[in-house]
Amino acid sequence: MRELKILAVVVALTLITYWGVEPFAHSQMHPHVEDANYDFKDVDGLNGLKGNAENGATLVQSNCTACHGIETQGFPAVMDNASSSAAYGVVPPDLSSAGYLYNDDYLAAFIKNPAKASKVEHKFVDGRVHPMPGYDWMQPQEIADMVAYLNSIAPEKMTNKQTFQDACQRCHSIKYGDMKNGTMNALTPNPDIKSYMGKIPPDLSQYIRSRGESYLHTFVNDPQKHLDGTAMPRVGLTEKAETQVITYMQEVGDSKKAEREELGPKFLVYLVVFAIFAWLWKLKQWREVH
Amino acid sequence: MAKFEKANSVGEWLDQRLNTTMLNRVLMTEYWVPKDINFLWAMGVLLATTFGILIISGIFLMMYYKPDVNLAFDSVNYTIMQEVAYGWLFRHMHGVAASVVFLIIYIHMFTGIYYGSYKRGREMIWISGMLLFMTFSAAGFSGYMLPWGQMSYWAAMVITNLFGGVPVIGDALVVWIRGDFNVADATLTRFFMLHVFLLPITIMGIIGLHFYTLRIPHVNNQTSEELDFDAEAEKYLSGNKKESKVIPFWPIFISKDLAVLGIFLLFYFYLVFFHYNFAMDPVNFDPADAMVTPAHIYPEWYFLWSYEVLRGFFFDVGPFKAFDIGLIAFGFANVIFLLLPFLDRDPAVLPAHKRPKFFIWFWILMVDLIILTVWGKLPPTGTNAYIGFVAAMAFILIFLALPLVTKSDAKKRGDV
Repeated sequence: MRELKILAVVVALTLITYWGVEPFAHSQMHPHVEDANYDFKDVDGLNGLKGNAENGATLVQSNCTACHGIETQGFPAVMDNASSSAAYGVVPPDLSSAGYLYNDDYLAAFIKNPAKASKVEHKFVDGRVHPMPGYDWMQPQEIADMVAYLNSIAPEKMTNKQTFQDACQRCHSIKYGDMKNGTMNALTPNPDIKSYMGKIPPDLSQYIRSRGESYLHTFVNDPQKHLDGTAMPRVGLTEKAETQVITYMQEVGDSKKAEREELGPKFLVYLVVFAIFAWLWKLKQWREVH
Repeated sequence: MAKFEKANSVGEWLDQRLNTTMLNRVLMTEYWVPKDINFLWAMGVLLATTFGILIISGIFLMMYYKPDVNLAFDSVNYTIMQEVAYGWLFRHMHGVAASVVFLIIYIHMFTGIYYGSYKRGREMIWISGMLLFMTFSAAGFSGYMLPWGQMSYWAAMVITNLFGGVPVIGDALVVWIRGDFNVADATLTRFFMLHVFLLPITIMGIIGLHFYTLRIPHVNNQTSEELDFDAEAEKYLSGNKKESKVIPFWPIFISKDLAVLGIFLLFYFYLVFFHYNFAMDPVNFDPADAMVTPAHIYPEWYFLWSYEVLRGFFFDVGPFKAFDIGLIAFGFANVIFLLLPFLDRDPAVLPAHKRPKFFIWFWILMVDLIILTVWGKLPPTGTNAYIGFVAAMAFILIFLALPLVTKSDAKKRGDV
């Protein structure tokens, strides 16, 4: 009985200290932000318009392919990565998977005004302009048609890795994804991306450990929420695409997660057995002296 | 040379040469421990086990770790964590054990303080124990640097900077410790050497000393009763086991230790597999970057109380700079526990609940240490800074009051 009381005191002091230095301290250091919002209600998007993909095809092919490739539709990238990033600051994305990756309203708003939709207007002041010009001079119906076209050519399925490559790899490396051959390094060369973003965007290999899943979700959904004034654009990923991106980061950065979660319970079961035998042996030994 | 006869068994053969029967008696079956103890007396064996886990997991980690600023981060987070079979398990075991070992050290320490197990002949037990605390702290700090993450780098920066406060030689001392003007490759390699060689070997030596210090004064007990170990041992050996107030280390005492160890290992391995972030700070999974200061720099949880004593003095007083006052307070915090046996002026050895004023003193100390620990992690802004200052001041006053508090208890009891 007395031992249990002592144990209760030890456990209570340990838990109070733990609560203070972990949940409490972290809540003070990282204020809570609102949950991720995948509706993108705040943007001036489609506003309910339905698009015509056929019409959109003509519009996209005549307006966008000067800079963007659409690999799957027979429009290869206009220049190699080094030349295009030298020209624009960053490698322009291939549009083949745009309909898969991005929310429709966000995509419409981005075409109209890229800096505004991606919340990086603060970067484009003093004569600097976003490398992609806004198309808000077009009719809303035309914008809707282009979105409809991009959706119509989007692949049905993408792997987690492909999603990451198309959504993030133009700026970010994730070198643990391929340490041997370096195929998971950022597509834009370092000097270009540095002058475009202000610094080299971080390698994401360990972000699943350093930031954690829940932070990554709210951050990718709207970087400004966590880092006010950051150069990283809001990219407008759908919930599905974002989950795939973060799953890929976990596959690369915490590749032994499944093994860990499988092995853990086995260790604990073994130790329960050990504890029971140890306790029985103790009772046997102490019966002699009490 | 002694006469040797043909041995009939391996045991006998060894006994002839090494006197193993006697050794076993002296160290195990007739090494006497009081019977009136509770589970807090098992912390020593828990610590020895955890230290063993640290050594073994550390040896495996060292097979792949590369102490070079360009390779260290990836050798830990890629090679060990992702490539090597079960490398992640050894790293988690090592990181979590390094944190948990301090929890047990603190429980062990405060058990000693509560039951007065540091005086009247037991001073050397206490002092060797505090030396272990210091060497473990150095090992914890040097080990934390090895993954070369953001917290590794910036903690090394902040802590090595402290030595700049030493009068006259401060600046030179910082450069001497770092091996460079900055925390750099030379710093990493020398801390690697400290962590994997000099400190572990020193710790092993002091553990031996710590065990040896118990030999003459013996382990204390729950009521702090002074036992005649020889008489009690005789009772035990003559078969009067139930009446004797002592038990042999093997198998009676160790059986209780192992029972407690079973529970402890369950807790420890639960942390290793499912709840490790408290010991492996997420910030340290960002590679070290001299150009980017993390928003919040804090040491591991077990250093927070002394870090807060350092940080608590955040304003200049007359000609004294805040940094210097903090540094003096920090120095005070790090040696004062060592002096405990001499600050306690009560000649009697009694558990705290039999010493009314000391009892209050003990719990005030515990509360103050927890406040220091929590506020050591919080950003030192606004009211936090003042709470830190009050708690740091309180820490110093608590120890200055100890001689008076203990003397007053003794006087009331009529012992002086």
